[in-house]
Amino acid sequence: MSELLRVENLKKYFPTRQGMLQAVDDITFSVSAGETLGIVGESGCGKSTLGRVILHLHERTDGRIIFNGEDISDVSRARLKELRKDMQIIFQDPYSSLDPRKTVASIIGEPLTIYRLTKSRNEYYEKVLKMMDVVGLPERTMYLYPHELDGGLRQRVGIARALILQPKLIVCDEPVSALDVSIQAQILNLMMRLQEDLGLTYLFITHDLSVVKHVSNDIMVMYLGQMVEKAAADEIFKHRYHPYTKALISAIPIPKYGAPDNQIILKGEISSPINIGNTCRFAPRCIYAKPDCFDQEPILEEVVPNHFVKCHYAREINNL
Amino acid sequence: MGGKLLEIKDLHIHYVLEEETVYAVNGLNFSLEKGESIGIVGETGAGKTTTALAIMGLIPDPPGRIIRGSIMFEGQDVTKMSEAQLRNLRGNKISMVFQDPMTALNPVLSVGDQIEEVILLHNDVSRVEAREKAIEMLEMVGIPCERHLDYPHQFSGGMRQRVVIAMALACNPNLLIADEPTTALDVTIQAQVLELMQRLRKEHGTAMIMITHDLGIVAKICDKVAIVYAGEIVELGSKKDIFTDMKHPYTVGLFNSIPDIESDSKELHVIEGAMPDPSHLPEGCKFYPRCPDRTDVCKTGRVPTYELTPGHIVSCVKFDTGGSKCLNC
Repeated sequence: MSELLRVENLKKYFPTRQGMLQAVDDITFSVSAGETLGIVGESGCGKSTLGRVILHLHERTDGRIIFNGEDISDVSRARLKELRKDMQIIFQDPYSSLDPRKTVASIIGEPLTIYRLTKSRNEYYEKVLKMMDVVGLPERTMYLYPHELDGGLRQRVGIARALILQPKLIVCDEPVSALDVSIQAQILNLMMRLQEDLGLTYLFITHDLSVVKHVSNDIMVMYLGQMVEKAAADEIFKHRYHPYTKALISAIPIPKYGAPDNQIILKGEISSPINIGNTCRFAPRCIYAKPDCFDQEPILEEVVPNHFVKCHYAREINNL
Repeated sequence: MGGKLLEIKDLHIHYVLEEETVYAVNGLNFSLEKGESIGIVGETGAGKTTTALAIMGLIPDPPGRIIRGSIMFEGQDVTKMSEAQLRNLRGNKISMVFQDPMTALNPVLSVGDQIEEVILLHNDVSRVEAREKAIEMLEMVGIPCERHLDYPHQFSGGMRQRVVIAMALACNPNLLIADEPTTALDVTIQAQVLELMQRLRKEHGTAMIMITHDLGIVAKICDKVAIVYAGEIVELGSKKDIFTDMKHPYTVGLFNSIPDIESDSKELHVIEGAMPDPSHLPEGCKFYPRCPDRTDVCKTGRVPTYELTPGHIVSCVKFDTGGSKCLNC
């Protein structure tokens, strides 16, 4: 399958009073058209920043972004506006990401107005209504305001708005985290159906590993701005090599009676992303850490084909 | 376990507003033995938090009103207690851990002061003794004792929740109510906090009500489970009953809609529609509009509640098999 997005050595640093905050540090990956890359990590790991840098919502510090064969690392405003037709985003919070003073129809239709894509009012409403139908929004909600909708319907509005320009790539930034489980399932099914019907490519950013496994082809695990492990979704759940991924997956409480309790409880918390030296960023919390983990940053290594791990001792820990 | 610690019977709580009445809790029944833990599971607006607040005597009145029912805690009805009696209860016999540890802590008092305050209020001790106990509590939840002079904003989310837990357990309560205590936390921090709560509860023999929407957490730490929908318990049973022999269509739907990290199926089962607006509840069975097994019988009238096996209770006409005991017919 053809490659839609490639990111090379992408970095985003924020200058702060205490020093450089390395939000995204040297991330490289590519996604094929029609596939989903799941980006997992805990709060503060840089996963949302990564999504935003790719869409030019934040300007990158260094590295390259190649979209659809075109280097978009530096683009003019005019070209960026054109590009945004192909790259859209769905936000986490369907409460704060919709304009409270606009009706459902005008939120969904706004991109059409911005890009002057419709010739008549009839065509505009036709397109909006068609989109509403695609995402399962009943026609009666057309003139309602966001506060009159429940969370599930609101997130459908967010999805319809992202889809109306027929984009190729959608960055989904925790699209179901604010929803109840029964609604979450509805939205996940909808997103997967749309992907199949419209050939969409997703960057699916989430902290919920069971959700990400469900939707992704590949999974990338981030810790403090860096990629620590990347592999196919099934593979990473079967064989995880990085100590952080192991702990992360084992920490999910399994909703089954008598589920084995072999949780790895990590000590401490995520350390500061400011002025990190030449060290493994996970070392302070790692149960396998050895002295040299603190002196030398590990490189991202392909331990088995297509399975990348950033750990000095990945092979030893896993008896490879 | 000996004797009932808490017994809630036929509890109805409404929020009476000018323009409408919100039917938050509609006939809730459950009981808890000493040292036992129950998980109350349901979606947003199911009445979970309202129930918890009622047990603490914290329903804001107006607009909240306990219409009917009783909450017996250690043989006394909380709904009939005076404000002074309630004050003696809260933080002492019953304490609560809230979802958001930032808003649950006072930003202008050091964490040591806040824990000390609870101890001074309920125990006949000197300030020095109270401070010692506060520091001991902090160490128990894994916070270095020298941080007792720090303020809440100097702690991370997980640490703050530990402070709240230290405060909740400072007077050795008989009942701990935890309202989504880990929802705001990351999964590795959640694992730390849950383990801590579980360990402390075992050490002190504290009973617990765990309010959550996460069935995984329930599987990990609860003895019993109550599934609530629109202010009613639709199914109640031991953890084994609920997880291996779930009966109510809503419970089944809830389990099916969780993405399972151990399976490979791609399409999730969904419960169609959304929970009814608690100010406009449907007549008859509240789950009727979304139920895959609905019949015309469910549309009106009272939903029968059956005890299928001792302790496994389900509210649904489907289980009218003749053999099982009906509790409200």
